[in-house]
Amino acid sequence: MNWLTNFLKSSIGRKLLMALTGFFLCAFLLVHLIGNMQLFKHDHGLAFNTYAVFMTSNPIIKFTSYGLYATILFHAFWGLYLVNTNRKARPVNYAIIDGKANSSWNSRWMGVLGTIILAFIVFHMADFWAEYKFGEVPYVQYSQDLNTLEVTAMPTDAIDSKKIQFTESNVEITIVKNLYQEVAVAFREWWIVLLYVLAMASISFHLVHGFKSAFQTLGFNHKKYNGLINFIGVWVFGIIIPILFAAMPVYFFINQ
Amino acid sequence: MKITLKVWRQKNNAAKGQFETYKLDHVSEDMSFLEMFDVLNEQLINEGKEPVVFDHDCREGICGSCSMYINGRPHGPKNAVTTCQLHMRSFKDGDIIVVEPWRAAAFPVLKDLSVDRSSFDRIMSAGGFVSVNTGNAQDANNLPIGKEIADEAFSSAACIGCGACVAACKNASAMLFVSAKVSQLALLPQGQPEARKRVLAMVNQMDAEGFGACTNTGACSAECPKEISLSNIARMNREYLSAGIIAE
Repeated sequence: MNWLTNFLKSSIGRKLLMALTGFFLCAFLLVHLIGNMQLFKHDHGLAFNTYAVFMTSNPIIKFTSYGLYATILFHAFWGLYLVNTNRKARPVNYAIIDGKANSSWNSRWMGVLGTIILAFIVFHMADFWAEYKFGEVPYVQYSQDLNTLEVTAMPTDAIDSKKIQFTESNVEITIVKNLYQEVAVAFREWWIVLLYVLAMASISFHLVHGFKSAFQTLGFNHKKYNGLINFIGVWVFGIIIPILFAAMPVYFFINQ
Repeated sequence: MKITLKVWRQKNNAAKGQFETYKLDHVSEDMSFLEMFDVLNEQLINEGKEPVVFDHDCREGICGSCSMYINGRPHGPKNAVTTCQLHMRSFKDGDIIVVEPWRAAAFPVLKDLSVDRSSFDRIMSAGGFVSVNTGNAQDANNLPIGKEIADEAFSSAACIGCGACVAACKNASAMLFVSAKVSQLALLPQGQPEARKRVLAMVNQMDAEGFGACTNTGACSAECPKEISLSNIARMNREYLSAGIIAE
């Protein structure tokens, strides 16, 4: 195994680890977005809250989520370690650097953008993930008429399990933790909304460089496909995904 | 034209350097940047001061000797030129020009603007060659190589090893240089038998010399006087990753 550690310790091996973990985080971002799009449904949060139960009880997803937490921490701290080692390669800095003449600012500030994103993830998880898992999230009872699909919601007492669901004379009753309400309450605060929007801007600039950079690190640079990679990096990961994420707090803030 | 120069002066590698300001009153816009430095040095010698040490050799843009980090960019404000091919017409009358040496742990300053670039030589000695004598040039078309591949290898081989890539990179990474040298041989049949061994040895030597790693900002290629493409770095990554996994 000695060859493997040497391989991963080399300058190219170190980058490989950043690229692979980065791709995994990009994939997560896409899944996270698709799930959270249910916040925009006009069902008092029925779909979103049921989805939250699924995400925290399905064994495969639970297993993957621990891998995800580890990947986030690894990508962040390995990245900071690499920023530090790279800095040592130039012990005396220049008096004047005309960076914009030869590179984009976000490609030079990946470490700073990444640190902002890490700080955001800590705040974000403390606000919702920890609250859902360890905090006092009130329960809600939904009644959905299976003919009209109309949903009504009312607060209810806590139950022993994560979810109770049954059908009674063509009305489906669902009792779950009301994470949707937690989200709605949090996004009434203008500073939380601002924080989320700024964090999404950081993700945007981080990924505009990071997505195509990961392909380059893996050795994938091909005239035929570079345009497509660049397009996906800019439009999907740099614009569409961050804007849809940022739209969530803005939507709740406006509709409070 | 009148030019004010702020030049990095440093006695030797151990000494602490500092900027010195010099004024030149009669600079022709047809002078090259190095000729302007020749005028400065004449002036300094006449004043009984020590001239500024800087590297130069061919003065026709092909040797890779001249360095100089000018106003925040290696080889100055123009793209795809070396400092000897930079002319004073690229500056304005009354400009203040700040000149620094290449700065990298692997390029220690020898004196003033001259740095020791022998780390590049040691990377080349680690594997940037073909071990066996391949004989005289073959008859034309004896060894069929596609035009695209020949052109690609030639564009990689255009690297003059000046070190502008290292100087421009925020991580002082040498990957553009090393990847050009890896590519020029990996693309051609003479270099292919040793391709795996070569890329592993050259990258290991590059790391041992204390260069940083690439973060794909593209500054190296943008500042390269020979416009070596970033696709060389991708090729080296590819070669290294596959060699690292496959080579015995």
